[in-house]
Amino acid sequence: MTPSENPVRQMPRRIALKWLAAAAAGMALAGRLDLAMAQVPTKSGKPIGTDPVLNKDYKPGELWPLLMSPAQRRAAAALADLIIPPEEGGLKPSQLAVHEFIDEWISSPYDQTAKDRPVILAGLDFLDAEAQQRHQAVFAELNAAQQGGIADAICGATPATPAYRPQVRFFDRFRHLAAGGYYTTPQGMLELGYVGNRPTATFDGPTPEALKHLGLA
Amino acid sequence: MPLISEKELKASYDVIIVGSGAGGGQSAYTLTMNGVKVLLLEAGRNYDPLTETAMFQTPSAAPLRGISLEDKPFGFYDATVDGGWQVPDEPYTNASTEAENKFWWWRARMLGGRTNHWGRISLRNGPYDFKPYSRDGLGVDWPMSYQDVAPYYDKVEMLIGVYGSNEGLENTPDSSEGCLLPPPKARAGELYIKKHVAKLGIPVIPIHRAILSVKQDADNIPAKLHPGNPRAQGILAEAMRQRAACFWATDCGRGCSIKANYQSTTVHLPPAMATGNLDILPNAMARAVTLDAQGKANGVSFIDKVTGREITAKARVVILAASSAESARILLNSKSAKFPDGLANSSGEVGKNIMDTVGASLGGQVPAFENLPVHNEDGAGDHVYVPWWLYKEQKAGKLDFARGYHIEFATGRRMPNVGVAGPAKPGYGKAFKEDLRRTYGSFIGFSGRGEMIPNKDSFCDLDPSVKDKWGIPVLRFHWKFSEHELKQALHMHQTFARMIEAIGGKVGGKPATDGAKAIKPGGFIIHEVGGAIMGADRKRSVTNQWNQCWDVPNLLINDGAPFCSNADKNPTLTIMALAWRACDHLIEEMRQGNL
Repeated sequence: MTPSENPVRQMPRRIALKWLAAAAAGMALAGRLDLAMAQVPTKSGKPIGTDPVLNKDYKPGELWPLLMSPAQRRAAAALADLIIPPEEGGLKPSQLAVHEFIDEWISSPYDQTAKDRPVILAGLDFLDAEAQQRHQAVFAELNAAQQGGIADAICGATPATPAYRPQVRFFDRFRHLAAGGYYTTPQGMLELGYVGNRPTATFDGPTPEALKHLGLA
Repeated sequence: MPLISEKELKASYDVIIVGSGAGGGQSAYTLTMNGVKVLLLEAGRNYDPLTETAMFQTPSAAPLRGISLEDKPFGFYDATVDGGWQVPDEPYTNASTEAENKFWWWRARMLGGRTNHWGRISLRNGPYDFKPYSRDGLGVDWPMSYQDVAPYYDKVEMLIGVYGSNEGLENTPDSSEGCLLPPPKARAGELYIKKHVAKLGIPVIPIHRAILSVKQDADNIPAKLHPGNPRAQGILAEAMRQRAACFWATDCGRGCSIKANYQSTTVHLPPAMATGNLDILPNAMARAVTLDAQGKANGVSFIDKVTGREITAKARVVILAASSAESARILLNSKSAKFPDGLANSSGEVGKNIMDTVGASLGGQVPAFENLPVHNEDGAGDHVYVPWWLYKEQKAGKLDFARGYHIEFATGRRMPNVGVAGPAKPGYGKAFKEDLRRTYGSFIGFSGRGEMIPNKDSFCDLDPSVKDKWGIPVLRFHWKFSEHELKQALHMHQTFARMIEAIGGKVGGKPATDGAKAIKPGGFIIHEVGGAIMGADRKRSVTNQWNQCWDVPNLLINDGAPFCSNADKNPTLTIMALAWRACDHLIEEMRQGNL
């Protein structure tokens, strides 16, 4: 492998080091991930630039290639759907391409988002490895209770055991991105109770109910 | 907007204006409406807010959900083109490597400049703000008073459209009858804060912003602004009718395709173009003001960024409105045998006295705002604010800093962004969703915007070696806040913590105990002014009160550079008022043959 073919070398050094540290920690503690995981995809794609077209819809993958493997993408879709279960009649986060946003995020040419890449990719690999270990299937194929069992071990609601501790960071970051991706879609905004971004002839101020809620009525 | 190319330049103009933002736009408007033939040079590209603005796009339609990035520092949808604290191919330097001694210089390279994205906060300087030295012995007095400028504040407010109210508060001037548009109603959280900080003696009043809360009175305002000039009245009336009232949605920082807010590209330049007296040449990077044998300005040399060629355009009068620092740079780069230290610099004051606004912020979470009944709180950005309320205490020496600040704050159920999960409790599933729903809209942020006093350690000069892509020497900044600014920033943090506690909230993070930790870097608030201050004494100032350079009377500086002080009131409205006043004086001087 020449230096130019070594994907880790092409990453910014501090990201590469963080990735290797996360991967190593995951391997050592989980004890069942192989070295293939260290094949970090090459950083590629150009930044947005200072003069992008603003009034068009962009899709993940349009500006830079997405780096998750098909298996990682399936795990990401399943975890996003577990973290943010759909309301009655609503679409799942995966149906709103929230996992593709997360892929866009970790694949970007910006250090500030790409720093999540090693944590997220290693975490997604962990999900499948853990699912195989527990249930002999990949994470996306588990039922809700089985997925929940794994999530409970790493979501931080109760202290994680040492073996799972490295994945608490993964879960936190993944949840942050899943929520950020979901609640910035029109469906997610409505669920949160955001009802703006629509033209109105007048701005009417707070409703009587809102004033009453605050003791201002 | 149909603009010219360099091939279409006329042999000569009455006036060349460098820069198309607030100062340049206002100058182009005032001059062309009075029949003056103007060439406007803009360093950036043409920009059309009607077709380019992202009005209703949600973050989910943007790359990376529209977050702030190094090449789009105010987020993907921010109107700024080719701008930020770093601009491609156009470096600047700092003399110091220490963070607290660095100045951050924001620029935008687009028609209309920074007016396309600015916050639209349009506060008048008050009587004290024009005579700061007389009041407390610090800084420099302006060579005119509030009463001299007030008529021009009236004119600009009527022209651009400003919502707000008259409250009769100290050094917070009322506008003349008929100038202001009605302010929007306060939001739920704003009313709650107003009620609960009143016990701290802190007033919350409607803010003034350059947004049409209702359509302008196109039948009557034009005659007030252009008496005896029926052609100008007709052009302005038509331009006003093309502007819609705000429909209370989408962030003003994106720009406004319905022209409901002020930006030079929707308010100043269209009527100026309609006069037939204006040529606009974009992608024209000014290098220097050129002089005739008598030492009078006779044109501007610039780089045509399209071809890379250097070209000189000719005119009777030159107006620099390139932004305060860029105008200082052009003066410093306009060296000649007669002006070896830069043009109009016999006082040695070019590049000196640069000021930004003091900024500090603190946020919190307010349990009372949780589960607020759902309703649309978009509105139009800031609706209310806290004007400086401690003039008397300051005058009496009860505070350890000399100048005031106002408080801007954000509440409400605004469009969610990628940080929505914020500090939610660990967990997932329905409980997580419920946690987010409960706390959404319950976060608040207070930002102080305060006056900085000019000091000898904050200035710019030319870097001795660094040049931009076109070989033009770049600015080197020197920066230091004084104790007045640091103590003011500390006071901001302490006040915000008291306000958050007064509304039963929890302060996010820790209020600073050291002003140096609270204050934002110089240039961060993007209110830089000074660098060519005006004055009554030509030995201590660069221009007179009409922005005319003492050394070169047919050279004006119509941006923030002539500011003698930088009151807490955001500078844009004052830049426009002074540019209009300067142009009225210029027109009279030209009519009398003095220039």
